[in-house]
Amino acid sequence: MADGIITLTSSSFDETVKSSTTPVLVDFWAEWCGPCKAIAPVLKELSTELVGKLTIAKLDVDAHGDIAQRFNVMSIPTLLIFHNGEVQKRLVGAKGKSQLLQELAEFLPTSQ
Amino acid sequence: MTTPLHNKVLIIGSGPAGLTAAIYAARANLQPLVIEGEPSSTSDQPGGQLMLTTDVENFPGFPEGIMGPELMMRCRDQAIRFGTEFITEKVTKVDFSSRPFRAWVRDTEYTADAIIVSTGAQSLMLGLEEEKHLIGHGLSTCATCDGFFFRGQEIVVVGGGDSALEEAQFLTKFASKVTIIHRRESLRASKIMQDRAFKNDKISFVWNKQVTRVLGADKVSGIEMTDTVTGEFSTMNVTGIFVAIGHRPNTDLFSGILEMETTGYLTTKPGSTYTNIEGVFACGDVQDHTYRQAITAAGSGCMAAIDCERWLEAQHS
Repeated sequence: MADGIITLTSSSFDETVKSSTTPVLVDFWAEWCGPCKAIAPVLKELSTELVGKLTIAKLDVDAHGDIAQRFNVMSIPTLLIFHNGEVQKRLVGAKGKSQLLQELAEFLPTSQ
Repeated sequence: MTTPLHNKVLIIGSGPAGLTAAIYAARANLQPLVIEGEPSSTSDQPGGQLMLTTDVENFPGFPEGIMGPELMMRCRDQAIRFGTEFITEKVTKVDFSSRPFRAWVRDTEYTADAIIVSTGAQSLMLGLEEEKHLIGHGLSTCATCDGFFFRGQEIVVVGGGDSALEEAQFLTKFASKVTIIHRRESLRASKIMQDRAFKNDKISFVWNKQVTRVLGADKVSGIEMTDTVTGEFSTMNVTGIFVAIGHRPNTDLFSGILEMETTGYLTTKPGSTYTNIEGVFACGDVQDHTYRQAITAAGSGCMAAIDCERWLEAQHS
């Protein structure tokens, strides 16, 4: 893929989330979800802009329902932010770029 | 200070009304700019209410029906084809007190000779305190997004109009039982939708009840209802709640600036899209609480573009 978004599966999920040195934002999405499609370009931009600071990954809940269930995802898009393998924040529902950046600020290293 | 970005026509909102206005304005060489809104899981988003629907069966020209998001994507492409520019942001402030009119997206200022307001309406929620922490945990604003998570479960849809019945119908693909809770004893939905709902074995009805509490600590476990006739309380165990009890216009931005009814809908001069401010036009659901259809919104969007074009011409002659 041209963008820096990692595609997660049931089998790669734990390894990716735990081994990452940066926080990981996981986008729980599905093909049939309109708001998920609406935020896809925003996440794509962020994956480029925040490279090295935040890892952005996506998980198709339709194909990997076990992971969605494990984290009690009952609404999509849900964005979970992991750090050191633990959920640090849960964002439910689609948001615009500026709003999302605000929510992510606490996980990003402050630039001078 | 940077110079504001100037356009002849600025369209705020991008549902069927805004996009139709854009198509017409672009074809009239007015090079419109559409500030389309930003992603959201409510209908206050680019593309508007149709983005949260599935099959649209009553839009002329699509005998087999078309998916709401697909229809809006096509309208957007059509507007782009004739030179419309889009910004995926939400207008945060406007000033229509002098010309050129001014609008801001946070710190960025845009100016325009004419404005078309098509910000639409969004679904009402129940207005209960517990809604805030249960959204995404069994309480949903988007049936098409979240129905999947309720496979084999018993859920409720609150409301009695076409949107409520459409959601209920859609949710029976997943849920084992869908109960429609309505505060009256008859539906205001169209006949065809009612017939379908009554025929669907998975759909049942609870009449004359208003949902007064959502139960559940960290996810929905049930609801408390109050009978609208007897005032009696009752509860029901459910894991999912979908709300379709009506809409409110997205007009907070224009409060104190544009004339509106007490319900918040913008007032337009009968038979036109003129607002109380000359050069500012309104179309679609933001000024229509009567018809509220994709086709009527598109129709009034066309009216707004034509009103706007003629008004701009008159300014220069």
